[in-house]
Amino acid sequence: MASRVAIQTADFNVSDEIATLRAHDARVGAVCSFVGTVRDRNLGQGAASISALELEHYPGMTESAIEAMIDAAHQRFDIFAARVVHRVGKLAPLDQIVMVAVTSAHRGESFKACEFLMDYLKTQAPFWKKETLGGVALWVDARVSDDAALARWGIEARNAPV
Amino acid sequence: MNTITLKYFASIREALGHASEPWATQAATLGALRAELLARGGAYGEALATSTALRMAVNQTMADDTAALPAGAEVAFFPPVTGG
Repeated sequence: MASRVAIQTADFNVSDEIATLRAHDARVGAVCSFVGTVRDRNLGQGAASISALELEHYPGMTESAIEAMIDAAHQRFDIFAARVVHRVGKLAPLDQIVMVAVTSAHRGESFKACEFLMDYLKTQAPFWKKETLGGVALWVDARVSDDAALARWGIEARNAPV
Repeated sequence: MNTITLKYFASIREALGHASEPWATQAATLGALRAELLARGGAYGEALATSTALRMAVNQTMADDTAALPAGAEVAFFPPVTGG
């Protein structure tokens, strides 16, 4: 079985990731995947303004935190396998940042587990984004809406400043 | 004395000018450790101020002021996370 978590600078191929995730498992009847990509603008900005994005993380803790999230997803949902790939380092608009893929017998469980994992990752995995806007690099602020997304699953994020 | 490793990430790392350092502490809890570091003043006084959005981990697990500090712990300070 392939590893469940990859933190890497290199790009990833979603088709290859899914093929590996469901290989040789004929119980699987549903695969749900989510891909996050780099936007060229943020909320409230009409025009494209972001020229680069740099991602920092906490090696070791990042992997263990996401492993724990996948364990939690297995406890909550009737799923067979899950895989999270997250890129770090320098990225640009249009680049892929993150992929979550989940397999299950029927679609409902993998849809839910995929969203649960993304909501969890956004507020509990130690990554930090720095955007370059008009030549100025600024750390991205955590969003209260991301904490609210995790709260729907009954988990208190306590990430964004209140 | 408990010699621990301090790690800093993102804006906290930039404010302090380094990513990691050893630290001999008498603190039994994470809150007491933060008070020790705040007392160093300067960049520490600002970057680790209780009023800022500071997040912490002990041995790579999210923790709060009440967390105990095991011998030789790895303690990290960082801003709210923004991955995904």
